[in-house]
Amino acid sequence: MRVFAVAEHRRGELNPISIELLNLANSIKGDGTSEAIVIGSDVSAYAEELAKYADKVWKIEDESLAEYNPELYVDVLMQLFSKEKPDIVLVGNTAMGSEFAPYLASKLNAPVVTDAVGVDVSNGIKVSRYIFQGKLMVDVLLREADTYVITIRQGVFKEEQEASGGIVDAGIKPSVTPSRQFVGFVEPEVGEVDISQADIIVSVGRGIEDASNIELAEELASLLGGVVAGSRPVIDNGWLPKDRQVGISGKTVKPKLYLALGISGAFQHIMGMKDSELIIAVNKDPEAPIFGVAHYGVVGDIFEIVPELVEKLREAKG
Amino acid sequence: MKIIVLAKHAADPESEIHVGSDGKSVDERGLIFDINDWDRYAIEEAIRLKEAHGGEVVVVGVGSKCEDTLRKCLAMGADRAIKIPVDTGLDSYQTAEVVKEAIKDENFDLILTGLMSQDYNNALTGIILAGMLNIPFATAVTEIKVEDGRIAAKRELEGGLSEEVTLPVPCLLTIQSGINEPRYVSIMGIKRAKTKELREVSVSPATKSLEVEKMYLPPVKKADMITGSADEVAEKLIEIFKERGLL
Repeated sequence: MRVFAVAEHRRGELNPISIELLNLANSIKGDGTSEAIVIGSDVSAYAEELAKYADKVWKIEDESLAEYNPELYVDVLMQLFSKEKPDIVLVGNTAMGSEFAPYLASKLNAPVVTDAVGVDVSNGIKVSRYIFQGKLMVDVLLREADTYVITIRQGVFKEEQEASGGIVDAGIKPSVTPSRQFVGFVEPEVGEVDISQADIIVSVGRGIEDASNIELAEELASLLGGVVAGSRPVIDNGWLPKDRQVGISGKTVKPKLYLALGISGAFQHIMGMKDSELIIAVNKDPEAPIFGVAHYGVVGDIFEIVPELVEKLREAKG
Repeated sequence: MKIIVLAKHAADPESEIHVGSDGKSVDERGLIFDINDWDRYAIEEAIRLKEAHGGEVVVVGVGSKCEDTLRKCLAMGADRAIKIPVDTGLDSYQTAEVVKEAIKDENFDLILTGLMSQDYNNALTGIILAGMLNIPFATAVTEIKVEDGRIAAKRELEGGLSEEVTLPVPCLLTIQSGINEPRYVSIMGIKRAKTKELREVSVSPATKSLEVEKMYLPPVKKADMITGSADEVAEKLIEIFKERGLL
């Protein structure tokens, strides 16, 4: 099988998902090939890195490809795939990959699955993924087709398999002027507290229920000498500022203690805190995915447990 | 500006989720359905754009039971609704296909939909539809401005970073949660919604792009669970804090 992996880079850095895609490609290619594709204005350094893990690396270079644009990406990929027929195209399930991959699939008329955590090619193409924000899994069998497009969850295919592929300039230039234009990056806002530097984080989720209850978390955090952070719903509701958001689209934290209060644990959140030294989760739902990453868990009501904890910490402090 | 919003009537992942007896579907008992949370932000954004620039908001739903969600959107301020009473499950190709057919004479400027659905989390229907319609698109949008006939959109990337892009109309945007503060449905809104058009369009999807083979609970390593009364739990937590030198 020819398995292609579309590499990802931004601001001079190759995204590690690119290697993870090749790890998967190498494990499912059988007697076929793993082939990386890297698109940009100057991709030689990325190509060399990718060549350590791929049987072949295709470079697609043009000044107009300096910044990612889904229309240009799909245009140059369609040109490559008209000559080099992929059986499977792997793309990272990132802000970039999850955007252009389904569009590419629709142009290839290819079955597409997003956010895959397992790909089995032994009997047709079967893909495993999470649904219901991590509460259930599903295996789907894709219809027979010439090409399949699959986006891959980051952090799953970490086992590396070294290769030594050649680097080939595909000699492809964009054939369209994109209607969507890149204007620029917008930097994250910087607040007064940098949660990524904190040793102790009291983090609240949807279970905190209301802005007025943030105070309770603040009180606990101040007794522990920590700071308050939150998961996406809390920031979406405006209960905490954006720079307090833990997760892929917010900040990645590794404190000594991460106390998750009323956080169900969507993948997006878990990726931002899973490397914390000690994770304790309190949630009323025993099936909450957060318990899969926590060291200690409490199934219970944060409005009963936190006030109790606050009182005892106060007593201990005298 | 004529805006189409795709809104899904979707099961809430916070409700009770169990695998059905066939091992390949979700048991509907215990499920609570409502407008998909991301689509709630999309319909709000569409209504705000209409309020600022004039035009019409048409909401489209797919599914035999999607009427409650369409009514909710009408009560929030959408002008009319199109119901496509087919159940496409996890197959986003089918969903995109029936929507494309149902809106072919709509002559829209903008299609808005949520970044993904809260049940199947595919994040596919909108983008595949953009591909089928051959229109520009952007995903995970956190801000929309209309400037000189173009749409300026901010897209969420990783680590707090965003990118700003501009697109011509017609185009399709998928909306990230938090872009606005969706309004509550008012009694007046519900009354007005009753007089608004809700049209059913029967379209059948062609071939399936996938089959569900199996649904199951994820294999998880479980945390050490602490049990007891709130008082006992707090006591144990403090012990752990002390052991770890955190106090």
